[in-house]
Amino acid sequence: MPWELKPDRPIYTQLIEQIELKICSGVYPLGSKLPSVRDLAQEASVNPNTMQRALSKLEENGLLYTHRTSGRYVTEDVKMVQKVKDRLAHELIQEFLQNMKRLGFTEKEIMSIIAKMTGGADNA
Amino acid sequence: MRSILECENLSKYYGTTKALDSITLSIPQGRITGLLGPNGSGKTTLIKICNDLLTPTKGKIRIGGFEPGVETKKIVSYLPEKTYLNNWMKVSELINFFKDFYTDFNTDKAYDMLSKLKIDANTRLKTLSKGTKEKVQLILVMSREAKLYLLDEPIGGVDPAARDYILETIIKNYSENASVIISTHLISDIERVLDDVIFLKDGQVILSKTVDEVRDESGKSIDALFREVFRC
Repeated sequence: MPWELKPDRPIYTQLIEQIELKICSGVYPLGSKLPSVRDLAQEASVNPNTMQRALSKLEENGLLYTHRTSGRYVTEDVKMVQKVKDRLAHELIQEFLQNMKRLGFTEKEIMSIIAKMTGGADNA
Repeated sequence: MRSILECENLSKYYGTTKALDSITLSIPQGRITGLLGPNGSGKTTLIKICNDLLTPTKGKIRIGGFEPGVETKKIVSYLPEKTYLNNWMKVSELINFFKDFYTDFNTDKAYDMLSKLKIDANTRLKTLSKGTKEKVQLILVMSREAKLYLLDEPIGGVDPAARDYILETIIKNYSENASVIISTHLISDIERVLDDVIFLKDGQVILSKTVDEVRDESGKSIDALFREVFRC
């Protein structure tokens, strides 16, 4: 999964989002060791200080933790990751709904399109 | 945070032209700073003063606590805008030359970078293309383990692939005690690797912030903000 950074927003917030995404999607599994700051920075071609800042924030939020000598790890707390997943899902759907409303669809119409596309049984 | 470079009311006049007009700056250790400004804004003048190639008209400048001179040349690795290397020399000879000159020169690092960029150390400089010469010069400069790297337009003449490698090299060589100052026009290429940006205009500092502060406050990239501030 490549690192995608948009030009109009702070880099470190985007790094936070992308690392969250990588944790949720299993690129960095629960309890696994994260690459070093320097390696991550190089991978994303960003400044190591910026990467450090993003990782510190994630640590503050509890998604990562530091093992005193051996590096940084992904949390083993399934509930916490689920919470992040829920939040990301919420954000994605909100964005989708906004775009659909801009196109002029009502919520009901949106729901029926989704049902059709996913082969939803209840509306068929 | 301790600073590696400090300027206080630094000015440089060429006759009546104010190339630098009372600049006060502090560059902390361990940061990568972009020195950005249109042509003639004073970037190269500032960098030359840092290297003792120009003397300031007024004001103070300290690098690692010293005035520019013999002491600062030990800790500053400088990439000038123009090449000064001897054309008849082989790349390997240049490496030996630098090793003799600078005690902090890391030969292994230099050869490693040469092989990554597929440059044969046995070729003479004069047979290399303009872009390859620039790569050689940058390799020499980045192979020193300096406290401050002053890079005047380091990526202007090289192709985008080599540009990426060079930026990667800068990130890789980053250490907590070393700072890098990059002057360039190619902002969009480098803004991801910068910590801080300084905008120079007519010899004055008009903006000095972190990249994320700028993006946060303006909702724009450094490149977009630059184009707006310096619109012709």
